[in-house]
Amino acid sequence: MPSSTQGRQPHFVAALEDTPIVAIDRLDETQKASSTWSDAWDSMRRRPTFWISSALILLVVIVALFPTLFTQTSPTANCLLGNSNGGPEADHPFGFTRQGCDIYARVIFGTQASVTVGLLATVIVTLFGIIVGSLAGYYGGFLDAIVSRIGDIFFAIPTVLGAIVLLSVLPDRSPIVIALVLSIFAWPQIARIMRGAVLSARNSDYVNASVALGVSKFKILIRHVVPNAIAPVIVIATVSLGTFIVAEATLSFLGIGLGGGIMSWGNDISQAQTGIRTAPQVLMYPAAALSVTVLAFLMLGDVVRDALDPQARARR
Amino acid sequence: MTETVTETVGQNTNGAHTPLLQITNLEVGFQTQRGLVPAVRGVSLSLYAGQTLAIVGESGSGKTTTAQAIINLLAGTGKITAGEILFEGRDLTQLSANEMQAVRGRQIGYVPQDPMSNLNPVWNIGYQVEEAIKSNSGLRGRDARQRTIEVLKEAGLSDAEDRLKQFPHQFSGGMRQRVLIGIGLSARPKLLIADEPTSALDVTVQRQILDHLATLTRDYGTSVLFITHDLGLAAERAEQLVVMYQGKVVESGPSQEILADPQHPYTQRLVAAAPSLASRRIQAKKNEDAAAPAIFSAGGTDTALIRRATDRELAASGTDLISVVGITKMYRIRKSGLKYDELLAVNDVSFGVKKGTTTAIVGESGSGKSTVAKLILQLENTTSGRIEFDGRDLAGLKGRELLNFRRRVQPVFQDPYGSLDPQYNVGNTIAEPLLAHKVGSSKERQKRVLELLDQVSLPAATQFRYPSELSGGQRQRIAIARALALKPDVLVLDEAVSALDVLVQGQILNLLTELQSELGLTYLFITHDLAVVRLVADNVCVMQKGRIVEAASTDDVFDNPRELYTQELLAAIPGAHFEFGR
Amino acid sequence: MLWYTGKRLLQMIPVFFGATFLIYFMVFSLPGDPIAALFGDHPPSPAVIEQIRAEYNLDEPFFVQYLIYIGGFFQGDLGTTYSGRAVSDVMAAAFPITARLALLALAMEAVAGIFVGLVAGLRKGKFFDASALVVSLLLISVPTFVIGFVLQYVFAINLGWARTTVSGAAPWSELILPALVLASVSFAYIVRLTRASVSDNLSADFVRTATAKGLSRPRVVTVHVLRNSLVPVVTFLGVDLGSLMVGAIVTEGIFNINGVGGTVFKAIRLGEGPTVVSFIAVMVVIFVVANLLVDLLYAALDPRIRYAK
Repeated sequence: MPSSTQGRQPHFVAALEDTPIVAIDRLDETQKASSTWSDAWDSMRRRPTFWISSALILLVVIVALFPTLFTQTSPTANCLLGNSNGGPEADHPFGFTRQGCDIYARVIFGTQASVTVGLLATVIVTLFGIIVGSLAGYYGGFLDAIVSRIGDIFFAIPTVLGAIVLLSVLPDRSPIVIALVLSIFAWPQIARIMRGAVLSARNSDYVNASVALGVSKFKILIRHVVPNAIAPVIVIATVSLGTFIVAEATLSFLGIGLGGGIMSWGNDISQAQTGIRTAPQVLMYPAAALSVTVLAFLMLGDVVRDALDPQARARR
Repeated sequence: MTETVTETVGQNTNGAHTPLLQITNLEVGFQTQRGLVPAVRGVSLSLYAGQTLAIVGESGSGKTTTAQAIINLLAGTGKITAGEILFEGRDLTQLSANEMQAVRGRQIGYVPQDPMSNLNPVWNIGYQVEEAIKSNSGLRGRDARQRTIEVLKEAGLSDAEDRLKQFPHQFSGGMRQRVLIGIGLSARPKLLIADEPTSALDVTVQRQILDHLATLTRDYGTSVLFITHDLGLAAERAEQLVVMYQGKVVESGPSQEILADPQHPYTQRLVAAAPSLASRRIQAKKNEDAAAPAIFSAGGTDTALIRRATDRELAASGTDLISVVGITKMYRIRKSGLKYDELLAVNDVSFGVKKGTTTAIVGESGSGKSTVAKLILQLENTTSGRIEFDGRDLAGLKGRELLNFRRRVQPVFQDPYGSLDPQYNVGNTIAEPLLAHKVGSSKERQKRVLELLDQVSLPAATQFRYPSELSGGQRQRIAIARALALKPDVLVLDEAVSALDVLVQGQILNLLTELQSELGLTYLFITHDLAVVRLVADNVCVMQKGRIVEAASTDDVFDNPRELYTQELLAAIPGAHFEFGR
Repeated sequence: MLWYTGKRLLQMIPVFFGATFLIYFMVFSLPGDPIAALFGDHPPSPAVIEQIRAEYNLDEPFFVQYLIYIGGFFQGDLGTTYSGRAVSDVMAAAFPITARLALLALAMEAVAGIFVGLVAGLRKGKFFDASALVVSLLLISVPTFVIGFVLQYVFAINLGWARTTVSGAAPWSELILPALVLASVSFAYIVRLTRASVSDNLSADFVRTATAKGLSRPRVVTVHVLRNSLVPVVTFLGVDLGSLMVGAIVTEGIFNINGVGGTVFKAIRLGEGPTVVSFIAVMVVIFVVANLLVDLLYAALDPRIRYAK
């Protein structure tokens, strides 16, 4: 015990009324129950960005499913060369393409192909990535080594470059084919993220506890590991929906995407570029539709990330 | 409350008796989405030159915030909303950013809490020390380098020259803490703020470092503001104590006086709960007054104690429920290239646990104590040796038999934040073992969940909650309820109370003791904390570097430790030789 | 570091062979006649077909074909273009231009991205931060080729500050506008990444300790916050090289630059399969090697990686 004669201080005791003692570790029963997911939902619905992006996405999906609800004009028939690059007029709010087709109608009807590719590729990549990533991360060993090395190889080929090669030899280029081709080169990203998340969940104490409780290994994977590892994948999946739409448009722009007969934003932008000097608006409308759609998915991805990552929420 | 303090301080202000640091009515709040949340609510304290003052409190008491407010290290949203902080007569709350920068490091040093996260991982140690020296003194180039080596040597790194170029991840926790202490003292500040400087370290390392810190500050005449949650540590290291609770000072004054004669009910509680060596094993005794439970029954002669003693004697005559014979666990650690290092995590360990008793396995980090727990729980396989449970060899248990074993031996893990699946609500968590072993119908399981919640003293409504909504102590109750669901014979408690505040820890230990006598449980208690061992264990195995160095009854180990290592461990318990008023 | 470098080199070998094999496999072992597929709507003359069959050893078993191809690769024979020129010759002329474009773009996106990200991270929630976030989101959602057309239209056609197409020699000054286009998307990602990482590091314990040491604010921000935030940014640059390559194809196409990207762009447009495949194989190899370099840079920045076993 060190001691000091200088500055010996008085013994001070606060009045009990100032700091009433609370029972040790009492449960606050007034609070309402909330799980990770309901917390995430609470945090999301308070943000305007969430509602704006969701509304946009909903609109895009409806347009993709039922284009005729939005326009009576055919995007392909009644194209008069006399209207070539014509400005807006009644019933044709965006004007005409070089071929004299109605731009508004083409934007509306082009939605379907673009959204199909994005959605399909995302679903394929996410499902495959989750399955492969969780099996590799959870069971480890030889399976993990093989899956990871194969993933490395596919990861070494940038998605669009790989797609260009593969599409240059494929005769049929429907939305489904484009989605599959993009998925072939994009799955390692999701698989890697899932694997990492599964690895850290696998080493957690709640998994150890479940093993010691006698829960079977596979049930632990399904009930505890995957639900706790899936959040980062959901975030990436939302964002990659947007990037797949961009990838399809890029491929179509290069002339190797969706087949010439299929209406899509990418194809229309590609066709419009020759006239950019004289009629930039022909290019701008499908480009704007594309960008707004991608933006909606990106914003949703941001909101979902913030909601699922409590740290990010606390930082905000 | 604060008036008394200001008055007395006023009397002291004449002449040389001005405090070095005087905090008056300090209020600090954090801006959140729900407005300003106060963290420090009118704190006053004074610290004189050459003195050591400890602020003691549980997590959330505002002790760290108070310390950080002094040199304005508050996190982004934190603000001092009222009060003044006089340091040598200058109000630190009024300083400009540049003036504060001149005070930091040079006049007031700071030693942070967690040595793992407080050094920048991308710069080498020499750089990080030298940087502090350069900014607080005029030293440059060779002189600065020379001073860096000096500072590190003073902090206890004898081979400082050779280690300057090394990075933080190449240092052990204790070494990093020495570096941080070196940095804090490098400019010979008048005041050093030490925020739980050793709580992340093993007790023996903790003792060495604190001794060293005490020597240094005495030599330099540095005043120390010491922040800790450990009353024993505070009593041992500081002559002045300030006890904080919910952002306020509830009691302050000379340490000895406060500990010998605590006045405020909260301080009394803290003193009573501090697991010092003076306390005896907790005896099971239901407490009627739930609002303010007496944590440890002080008495030693009541009937419960006598009954327990007889129980233990009876048990002692029986055979071992768990018997561990010469188990060894070897891990292969990848070294550079294809070479492997062999690490003997557990080396020829043997012991037995009798039914209805508590055996504690004590050791510091890396002693292999948790590996022993994993081996007994059959979470990992032994390299050699035999583990028998109820007369049966566990090796090669499969399927049905393994399930039956798991049913009888259940774990409770250290980290109450990690051992419950955050996606599962409490009801499902507790019901999981029942489901896995296909016990009862869903109605019966539901009934059992409520029964278990009641056993661990949680309201029935808890079953709908998720772990993130519960405190550490509540989560640990859930983990215990889950472990009890299958009516096991043995609980393996791996550091089950280590992460908890002392009062909550006391509550959980009490609960465990009650459950043991009610249900006839056998406990294997893995811990690094000898003080806790005294409270709960009948027998103790002390582990060091994978071996058991001493095994005996708890009283034997504490009263006549035979091994040097055990003696060191006992000596390192903070406040071990301090008389608590209880 | 030496050990780490060796390990990375070893890991690169299977990736190198795997990736080239994969490309080869996709083109030459899918069902159907690869030559017909490669040439699509423009079937070449029988003489050319013969030449290609010989070139790719299509009469040999598939695996032998690949081995011969990869053997040639190591001897500098990167394949033949549609018109019969050696890919290596075309590469020699085109690569320096693309390298300059890419370097310019990388410099722009890294310097501007890190700077904007740092300022945004330091002023989180303020106006600058909010605008940076909005701009970066917009840049990411607009495809490179649209940005290309917009900038081309505004700066070259409307304002006349730059040429719509880059001349053959591609002087630095003419590359500024295309580089801006190429850098735009990655710039946005770097802003977001730097911002997030700066704001994480600002609340790190070691930053608080650095402040407590008495360091000045600028020193804390540069030496401790910014320095640590560069680590994830560098990792990102490696992965992002892939999109930079795709971006180069698009950008060089729009500005008619005679670089690697421009060559691929024209080849795709003209349906010259063999040229596309040979060039992309080379690009993938460059990507793999560049990633190795980025990994080494990453290790240089983070001692925990450098000393990892």
